[in-house]
Amino acid sequence: MSSYHLDHLQHLESEAIHVMREVAGEFERPALLFSGGKDSICLLRLAEKAFRPAEIPMPFLNIETGHEFPELIDFRDRRAKQLGAKLIIRTVDDAIARGFATPKPGIVSRNQLQTPVLLGAIEEFKFDCCIGGARRDEEKARAKERFFSFRDSFGQWDPKNQRPEIWNLYNARLNQGENMRVFPLSNWTEMDVWEYIKKEQLEVPTIYFSHERDCFRRGGQWLPVPPAHTGATTPDPYAGARPTEKEPVKRLVVRVRTIADMISTGMIESKVHSFDDIITEISAARVTERGSRADDKASEAAMEDRKKAGYF
Amino acid sequence: MSATISHSRPPVSHPVDILRFNTCGSVDDGKSTLIGRLLYDSKSLMEDQIEALERSADITGGGQINLANLTDGLRAEREQGITIDVAYRYFATPRRKFIIADTPGHVQYTRNMVTGASAANLSIVLIDARLGVIEQSRRHTCIASLLRIPHLVVAVNKMDLVDWSEERFIEICDQFNEFLPRLDIKDVKFIPMSALNGDNLVDPSVHTPWYVGPTLLGHLETVHIGSDYNLNGFRFPVQWVNRPNNPTDRQLHDFRGFSGQIAGGIVRVGQKVMALPGGQTSTVKEIWTLDGPLPEAFCPQSVTLVLEHDIDISRGNMIIGLDQLPGTGMDLHAQVCWMHQRPLQRGKKYFLKHTSNTVQAMVTEIDHRINMATLVPEPAPAELVLNDIGEIRIRTAKPLVYDGYATNRLTGSFILIEQGTNATVAAGMLLPSEQLVRPESGDYVI
Repeated sequence: MSSYHLDHLQHLESEAIHVMREVAGEFERPALLFSGGKDSICLLRLAEKAFRPAEIPMPFLNIETGHEFPELIDFRDRRAKQLGAKLIIRTVDDAIARGFATPKPGIVSRNQLQTPVLLGAIEEFKFDCCIGGARRDEEKARAKERFFSFRDSFGQWDPKNQRPEIWNLYNARLNQGENMRVFPLSNWTEMDVWEYIKKEQLEVPTIYFSHERDCFRRGGQWLPVPPAHTGATTPDPYAGARPTEKEPVKRLVVRVRTIADMISTGMIESKVHSFDDIITEISAARVTERGSRADDKASEAAMEDRKKAGYF
Repeated sequence: MSATISHSRPPVSHPVDILRFNTCGSVDDGKSTLIGRLLYDSKSLMEDQIEALERSADITGGGQINLANLTDGLRAEREQGITIDVAYRYFATPRRKFIIADTPGHVQYTRNMVTGASAANLSIVLIDARLGVIEQSRRHTCIASLLRIPHLVVAVNKMDLVDWSEERFIEICDQFNEFLPRLDIKDVKFIPMSALNGDNLVDPSVHTPWYVGPTLLGHLETVHIGSDYNLNGFRFPVQWVNRPNNPTDRQLHDFRGFSGQIAGGIVRVGQKVMALPGGQTSTVKEIWTLDGPLPEAFCPQSVTLVLEHDIDISRGNMIIGLDQLPGTGMDLHAQVCWMHQRPLQRGKKYFLKHTSNTVQAMVTEIDHRINMATLVPEPAPAELVLNDIGEIRIRTAKPLVYDGYATNRLTGSFILIEQGTNATVAAGMLLPSEQLVRPESGDYVI
């Protein structure tokens, strides 16, 4: 093989940098969705690779459900500060208070409520593009997603009416009110993400490594016991997400493979302490990472339905 | 088919490179089954994916697992049993990482095949052994040829239904070879198989002792793709001008770099380059990356170039080497695949996006349209409609710097965007320009 050869990670990296620079070149007000999860950690490094030595020319945006792992929030805030980026946070709580998100009675998960909050933030800051860390290998509906995913003025994805994407020529043109979601990691797999994190020696939140935690069994998964409810005068934000008497709490050695919030993230029993351990564990894994996501189990078309409504 | 999950996956070591391929065939040729089978037999499927298959088998399949359900991701597809869009799948073996674009076979979805195939190193055309080569097979092969996909696999599927007949296999190879000379494909491999049963996919089939070639996966793992990128003639479309304007750091304050992905050739520090369309020449001072400066860089690396001289370069411009000069001009001659319900309209203004450059353009002539049944060009059609392929003349508002598509896929391709709706309406492949950039004169500067 000639010396002018890129391995698979170098290929994926170059492709993602190209996509990021197209965003900077084509859009007026882009934002980068940064949750602190492993995929968006890669996005941040790719943004550095695409735009340094200049500043990263877009703010970071995160939509909080209010049920986040505290470790993730700490990490997110610290990382944004290190990079000198502006971090914008919008919350489901605030959206409920202001009346443009309404919880369904009896549903404690706020996963679906993130959609109106995201659309609200896009409207508020007039973002014309949001870069996200979604990958096509995650889920069947995601497998049909483009790099540049067009959304109408209601934020909706129309899978039957996607713009064909040919070569590396991305059509980024929009009319007023429309916007684009851009996914530089489209061609990355879970394994690529971890190999890249290892290669670049990127810091990740501690919950990706094994630790002791109180968990309870529900829906075939180990769910984390939410933090204690302190404010006696306010309703418990985790009502319905706490273990019942029939769900005994166990202290386990666990980690997360994929992170949603505390309500929809299954913990996996695991003993990993290094990136190499994680890579070994994934290569031996018999379920996909989304197998531990309660939000995807709602129905076979759960993701398709949420994406059509404007989800990430 | 019964699916068991007793087999364990092999340890995934680091793949050495990436092969992108797409599958095409008619409805019911077994494309999705073939992909499902590749994933399944290469042990790239997970328990929850197999469980989901089993769930849907209980509901809709009368207990039969349908591997096609793996790729037919959208509700509408499962209900109608068709694939409505390009689906991407990923798997890796210790030798390679694979990106599959599953592209549908319906006549009306040719645009999706072009989408899925444009970046591919290799195309798999599926043929139903009972039916042989049909119009769809010719259409798909023609598109693969037009897109200059370097490698083609003709997967003669459902061989079990023709009793594994070698005669039938040879007959189909002959049918194929009849029209291949009219196309531009250099590397073709014929493989007899049964995707449903896994014959010759990952493991050699006991039913084809007369076939001595590789299995499909064996071929995908070993086909040589090292020369698929163009390393002649440096081409660097500028995507973004990197100006830190940092008042506190003197060195950063003066930094001015040009960021992009190399679309052809190799660049070295100290090399003379020219910026187009301006025509100014300079020398490469530094190849900047976050990981430190590089002495040289090559296609398709993404880098930031710093030049010796302060010349005016912006997004959409191209920095080139001085050895193999590109073509230039405002009158373009191109092959296009029309991708939209509204037909191509002569005299209508479109946006044309070529590398990082978008200009206004007007179609002035339609030279011909290819008859997909015969692959013969029909001169001077009134229009091109959805899924038509033809040759057209375009006039652009500003001169373009480009190569023929046959020379360089990245600097020889463009898309047309409809003004107003912003729909992507065409994929275009440029024919070489009669006029080359002339380094010592400025007469191409308009």
